[in-house]
Amino acid sequence: MKKRTVKLWSVLLGAVIALTGCVEGGTPPEASGSDGAGESTSSGEPIKVGVLHSLSGTMAISEVSVKDAEMLAIEEINAAGGVLGKQIEPVVEDGASDWPTFAEKAGKLLQQDKVAAVFGGWTSASRKAMLPVFEQNKGLLFYPVQYEGLESSPNIFYTGATTNQQIVPSVTWLLENRGKKFYLLGSDYVFPKTANQVIKAQLAAEGGEVVGEEYTPLGHTDYSTIISKIKAAKPDIVYNTLNGDSNVAFFKQLKDAGISSEQLTTLSVSVAEEEIRGIGADVLKGHLASWNYYQTTDTSENKTFVEKYKEKYGADRVTADPIEAGYVAVYLWKAAVEKAGSTDVEKVKEAAKGLEFDAPEGKVTVDGENQHIYKTVRIGEVQEDGQFKELWNSGAPVKPDPYLKTYDWGASLSAK
Amino acid sequence: MDMFVLQMFNGLSISSILLLIALGLAVTFGLMNVINMAHGELIMIGAYATYVTQNLFISYAPQAWFDVYFIVALPIAFGVAALIGWLLEVVLIRHLYGRPLDSLLATWGVGMMLQQLARTIFGAPNVGVSSPAWLNGGLTIADGIVFPYKRLFIIALVSVVLLCMYLYIYRTSSGRRMRAVMQNRSMAGCLGISTRRVDGMTFAIGSGIAGIAGCALTLIGPIGPSLGTYYIVDAFMVVVLGGVGKLVGTVCGALGIGMFNTLFETYTSASIGKVLVFVCIVAFLQWKPRGLVAIRTRSLD
Repeated sequence: MKKRTVKLWSVLLGAVIALTGCVEGGTPPEASGSDGAGESTSSGEPIKVGVLHSLSGTMAISEVSVKDAEMLAIEEINAAGGVLGKQIEPVVEDGASDWPTFAEKAGKLLQQDKVAAVFGGWTSASRKAMLPVFEQNKGLLFYPVQYEGLESSPNIFYTGATTNQQIVPSVTWLLENRGKKFYLLGSDYVFPKTANQVIKAQLAAEGGEVVGEEYTPLGHTDYSTIISKIKAAKPDIVYNTLNGDSNVAFFKQLKDAGISSEQLTTLSVSVAEEEIRGIGADVLKGHLASWNYYQTTDTSENKTFVEKYKEKYGADRVTADPIEAGYVAVYLWKAAVEKAGSTDVEKVKEAAKGLEFDAPEGKVTVDGENQHIYKTVRIGEVQEDGQFKELWNSGAPVKPDPYLKTYDWGASLSAK
Repeated sequence: MDMFVLQMFNGLSISSILLLIALGLAVTFGLMNVINMAHGELIMIGAYATYVTQNLFISYAPQAWFDVYFIVALPIAFGVAALIGWLLEVVLIRHLYGRPLDSLLATWGVGMMLQQLARTIFGAPNVGVSSPAWLNGGLTIADGIVFPYKRLFIIALVSVVLLCMYLYIYRTSSGRRMRAVMQNRSMAGCLGISTRRVDGMTFAIGSGIAGIAGCALTLIGPIGPSLGTYYIVDAFMVVVLGGVGKLVGTVCGALGIGMFNTLFETYTSASIGKVLVFVCIVAFLQWKPRGLVAIRTRSLD
């Protein structure tokens, strides 16, 4: 009996050791690197900033690489002498794909660490959870992902696209180039539902037609029935707002059902280079996406950015729109702080108005009214190597309009 | 009409996938009464074993051989998952027989560790597994009706696994020993059967089948560390609905859930379809608490 107990304990102990080993393996190696950076050349206390993303849980798939990009930007800025002659010290927190945890960690970063700004979030749910915390504590959040619009908080800078910088122009382009009949397919939560409301209003105004609308739970993996429904509805275009893993199942099964990109156009707003790696370029070849940035975007800033990113994180890694937006966010904050000569939130916000920066995606400008940024819209087609070929772009950066006030049909949406 | 034929096929196809993921569980939960929450992670291990096999083929085998990798991956996935399942039984589950709640917690913990381990080894993002060329495309029955080869292959695979299991459990001496231990452990022990060895063996087989399921799932869905969590609920649903302890029950459970799921989803939406299936299952279990096919033994009375 005693022998058995000893054995059980040793098993348990082994398990605990294995677990802690895993957890340690999972923590970002940058944490130790930043300490070293703090001691280098410049004088004075370092400036603390928060980096708050899901490093575990279901969203880790997407958010870890955005965190990587933000850490890269911080490291570059530190190597170039820092901000106002001080080094930046990142405080990395894990939101764990859990919205209350995001709010709690944001509170901790603002109250306990007294960070000058926080870079973080991915899902709209995490942003909505953090928003009141930043407003109450008068903090500053840089949010790097495209989202459904209809929001603008004085304490948030939005460096990803709002609807009129991604969805609305892509719908117009599809109507002109691919057809009028739309099938709307999305995950069952806030972003796809709001985005599809915008699309429906726009289609009604611009002469398109919705022939079907489906939502599936996050993580859904069997699309055979929905593909049958799509076949029956005979759309010209499937407008895809599915998020995360479901895209893998949907596109694999679409191909097996004998539907190629030549027969049916799909345009996705949440499938970027990073997702293509998991789905397989052969499956996605010929399908479309709408973003502001691709790894293939042809600017000299982007060449350097891709090179540095790969050098630091491995040649097989890819950059994507939210990764770039995270990287740009750090530089915009730096520029605003230097212009303000202070890290005080109100002064930084004032200084940020109209600020320009040569980002990898091209020139971006901060809109003084709604704290979104001007971004170029790009429609890309997936190539065999998993990269995008740009089919169309808006030519110039588009002014952000989160409430769609400049569109006649947008009035009913913003009223809600 | 097209839609009807297609949906019947889809229903059958979903049933076959459900059956494949539930078969392994039918052995460990149905026969051994162990609530193995790490079953989903064993499926994940099978999927990653396939991924690794694919990469080995890309790196070391001549290009012409690539399409064979999937056939090679099936026994590898079975072997790796069976080995890990066996280890799990020897170091952990063996000590928890007859304590279902303890085994639930312990295996859940193991499941989380395995997930984190996969995340550490393969990274958080999904990995791409490309299907062999001979499984691409589909069989065109009529205009607009295409049966994907992958789905046909999975249906065939499930049939083969089911047949093998039937033959093993009912037609071999080692299968007979297994049934004897599951039905009356102490009596079987008295008659000279090494119950420990049979337990380990049974658990390994159940885990191995989970590995095969993982290998098959690479054909249709995402391969990531949390793969197992998508399927674990469905697997338990099938086994509980089918009736614990009978293979026939598992088959009926999978067919019923797959067909009804497709039917409901056709006329409502994916979310509501799933809810309706759950409502039906709850209602059914109120009426027949032991599931579709209840085992008749004295020990349960």
